[in-house]
Amino acid sequence: MAALAALTLALAACSTESGPENGQNPLRPKGTYAKDIDNLFTPIFWVAVAVGVFILGATIFVAVRFRHRKGADDRPKQLHGNTPLEIGWTLIPALILAVIAVPTVALIFDLAEEPANPLEVTVVGKQWWWQFDYGKQAGIDRKIVTADELHIPTGRDVKLKLEACDDSLGTTGTRPNCNVIHSFWVPELTGKRDVVPGLHNTMKLRTDRPGTYLGQCAEYCGLSHANMRFRVIAQSPDEFQQWVDGQVEGPAVPLSDAGEATGLFTKKFQCTNCHTTEDSSISVYGPNLTHLASRTTFASGYYELTRANLVRWILNAPSMIPMESENCRLPERPMCVGMPSFTEDTPPGYPVMTRAEAEALADYLLELK
Amino acid sequence: MTTVADAVKSVTTHRPLVLRRPKGTTGVWSWFTTVDHKKIGIMYGTAALVFFVVAGIEALLIRVQLFQANGTVLTAAQYNELFTMHGTTMVFLVGMPMAVGIANYFVPLMIGARDVAFPRLNAFGFWVIVAGATFLYSSFLPFVNGVPNGGWFGYTPLTSTPITSGFLPGRGPDFWTVGLIMLGIGSTTSAINFVVTILNLRAPGMTLMRMPVFVWMMLVVAFLTLFAMPIITVALIMVYTDRNFGATFFQPNFGGDPLLYQHLFWLFGHPEVYILILPGMGIVSETLPVFSRKPLFGFAVVVFSGIAIGFLGWGVWAHHMFATGLGPVAISAFGLSTMLIAIPTGVKIFNWLGTVWKGSVHLTTSMLFSLGFIAMFTIGGLSGVLHSIVPADTQQTDTYFVVAHFHYVLFGGLMLAVFGGLYYWLPKVFGRMLNERLGKWNFWTMLIGFNLTFFPMHMLGLWGMPRRTYRYDSGLGWEGVNQLVTVGAFIIAFSTLLFLVNVIVSLGLKRGAVAGNDPWDGRTLEWSTTSPPPEYNFAEVPEVESRDDWWHRKYTEDDEGRLVPLPSGGAYAAASASHDGHGIHMPSPSIYPLVAAAGLLPLGYAAVFMSWIPLFIGVLVLGFGVYAWGIEPATDEAS
Repeated sequence: MAALAALTLALAACSTESGPENGQNPLRPKGTYAKDIDNLFTPIFWVAVAVGVFILGATIFVAVRFRHRKGADDRPKQLHGNTPLEIGWTLIPALILAVIAVPTVALIFDLAEEPANPLEVTVVGKQWWWQFDYGKQAGIDRKIVTADELHIPTGRDVKLKLEACDDSLGTTGTRPNCNVIHSFWVPELTGKRDVVPGLHNTMKLRTDRPGTYLGQCAEYCGLSHANMRFRVIAQSPDEFQQWVDGQVEGPAVPLSDAGEATGLFTKKFQCTNCHTTEDSSISVYGPNLTHLASRTTFASGYYELTRANLVRWILNAPSMIPMESENCRLPERPMCVGMPSFTEDTPPGYPVMTRAEAEALADYLLELK
Repeated sequence: MTTVADAVKSVTTHRPLVLRRPKGTTGVWSWFTTVDHKKIGIMYGTAALVFFVVAGIEALLIRVQLFQANGTVLTAAQYNELFTMHGTTMVFLVGMPMAVGIANYFVPLMIGARDVAFPRLNAFGFWVIVAGATFLYSSFLPFVNGVPNGGWFGYTPLTSTPITSGFLPGRGPDFWTVGLIMLGIGSTTSAINFVVTILNLRAPGMTLMRMPVFVWMMLVVAFLTLFAMPIITVALIMVYTDRNFGATFFQPNFGGDPLLYQHLFWLFGHPEVYILILPGMGIVSETLPVFSRKPLFGFAVVVFSGIAIGFLGWGVWAHHMFATGLGPVAISAFGLSTMLIAIPTGVKIFNWLGTVWKGSVHLTTSMLFSLGFIAMFTIGGLSGVLHSIVPADTQQTDTYFVVAHFHYVLFGGLMLAVFGGLYYWLPKVFGRMLNERLGKWNFWTMLIGFNLTFFPMHMLGLWGMPRRTYRYDSGLGWEGVNQLVTVGAFIIAFSTLLFLVNVIVSLGLKRGAVAGNDPWDGRTLEWSTTSPPPEYNFAEVPEVESRDDWWHRKYTEDDEGRLVPLPSGGAYAAASASHDGHGIHMPSPSIYPLVAAAGLLPLGYAAVFMSWIPLFIGVLVLGFGVYAWGIEPATDEAS
């Protein structure tokens, strides 16, 4: 009964488009391929619902209809089976499945087809954020390395090369330059594809609607898997080109001209160990910050890029996104993941950051349009 | 010839053993030394219930954390540990031991045997499960820093990269791999025992096609276990050596392949799903005919469907890997093979409905749970078919839609069937009936709580909520549904409490009505003996003349197929009951299975902490246990 009630609830909920407009809802597809998937899923879903309602109804029916009543005859006719009937309920599901199989296999092959004239972007999965590398290609004069927000033009296929190994990093000690498995998923644009170290998976995206689409790592990748989010920002080709042009430029404020922040960034807190603010074409351990202020979010796309959030983050990042970073600043224990806290559990002998210092750093970073 | 016999006798009566042979069959100590399949079955079932509660508490903590967006009840690290241990516990310490426990008790009774083929190996298998469970849960001790946190699936290279990489801190994967290897030893021994018992110890006349479906399904499960366990053991050893000895099976930097692990894990993992669900299918294939007072509709088809599921289960593993990039040809093939599994599964569902059709349906608690199984398992099966639509699966995999799907299969399927089986069989085990009124409360609260918990998860998944995430941001529209889910989880907990109260009061405190030998007017041999059965099960080994032999000793059919009671109904039960068991030789109790299993525990710690002392202790204890077991006769002549 409860199941039936819940099922009706689902019937009401699962028309072709349902659920929250949250930017991450596969039932509200905005991308070409997500729509293809949804168009395949919807009719088959309703077939499944019909079969389910039939069997649930049959179960309730046989239980109620043939219920033994006190004093009634308790000697039912002994049926041992019925071969034609059994052959029938073997063949009918087989036929339904055969019908379902045809469009399924067709779409599998369609989605595997190489897109024509795509924008190519390399996606690198890291614990626990995404790096996007735009290689030199038509319209992009030199490599662009950015994080957390993937910009794409509308009306054009985007081919994503999914990598968990970052060859440009090399190996340091026993830390491999390959990361763990992640899964790249923008539900409203298309289905997910795993980012497997050693494999060179690709996938394609396409949307005709400008907008912001939420993405999320969909393969458990350790402590902060839940926080490993990102956004896809789809823009008209002109706006996209403007964004590209901004990214290939040098930093708005050279690091050497950053006043107090220069010393804090390079020497006192050694941010340069993992980050760069001077060259948007190189890959480093942490997100490339050369054009940080051109983004709307930071910290795996979990937080809005505001001054307050950024100051909090610089002071104590692990309090906002849990990270394995307690030992990051200890030279004898270089194995850590993520950004350390500069105010809590700081290693003995290392400087503790003041709020004023964090604000100086944040103000500098927010100038990096 | 007399000389040989004398020699054998002198060997078997000579006792060079350090420990005195235990004799008692009653009292607390007898439980540690027993080789009686029934006592071992009870211990398996009890252990499984204890871990059901433990895993349930873990689930409740998870649900409390997810009650609100950006929940702060648990830390990310704790959450990851809890979902890892919830999954690992439910699969290896609840699902499998529960099925093995019920089968341990009832397979020999249903085939008319006095015990399993290898009684001491049976005890050993149980104590290994206890050792493995103790080992896994000892990782919660504060100084250990090693609660498994890589997920129940333990994907590489997250789990296999050496601890110094910082990918996954702590000793979690070490405890997980070594603990699962131990549990695998236990499962393998019990599988060997079931195969040999079922094939060799059937009562005269019990041909394979007269064998109860539950026994059939356990035979299939035993074969699946036998072939699946080596695969995961290999994978676990590879992970362990990668972590601890610098092997690079799964390290792409050195030419290893992380996907190799997924192939191995799911080549075990998918048959494992059928290891878990086939016993449930077996249970309802027993209860539905009894409570409909009709034979199982299409016995042969149900049995062969079960076997077909067992075979097909080996050909679908990559449907867990549709998003990994296997290429369109491979995923098409695995999509199609996944669809194929729906066919024998559907046949079973229709045959169960055919069994109830035009029956005389007694809606006991056991029957309600069995009917609930059909309905809930069907929903789980249908969402499974949706997963074979590969492009759609790339949207659904790793979302709550999958969580909903497999809980409909494993909770709505297996656990409802298990509850149905317990209400049906526990009167045989304890000689008392469970309270039916409380039982019906148990059923309805369970059904409501279950659907409230898991049905909305379908929607969460379809609306984009990923699984294995300790928090979700506000503003994504998932909060309300998550709150519903959490409320449902607490209703399940309440329902479980009702069940435990029922068991304790009706069986433990003996408030339940006396069951008698055959409270349900049953069909199979276990109902022909006393409740509880004597140690030797049957005073005289039954001669089986037909399928549902016990039923046909009570009833015959007239020309129209209606039941006609036989005047001599149930004759051989009386003979059984009046027998005092004198002259029936049962295997003697033994302490060595427990000793040998206990030796695995220090070996496990040696492997995790890379320490010599526990290694020596473990080798000594295990070696002593196995050696003394080897020279100890199965039956003590002096007793």
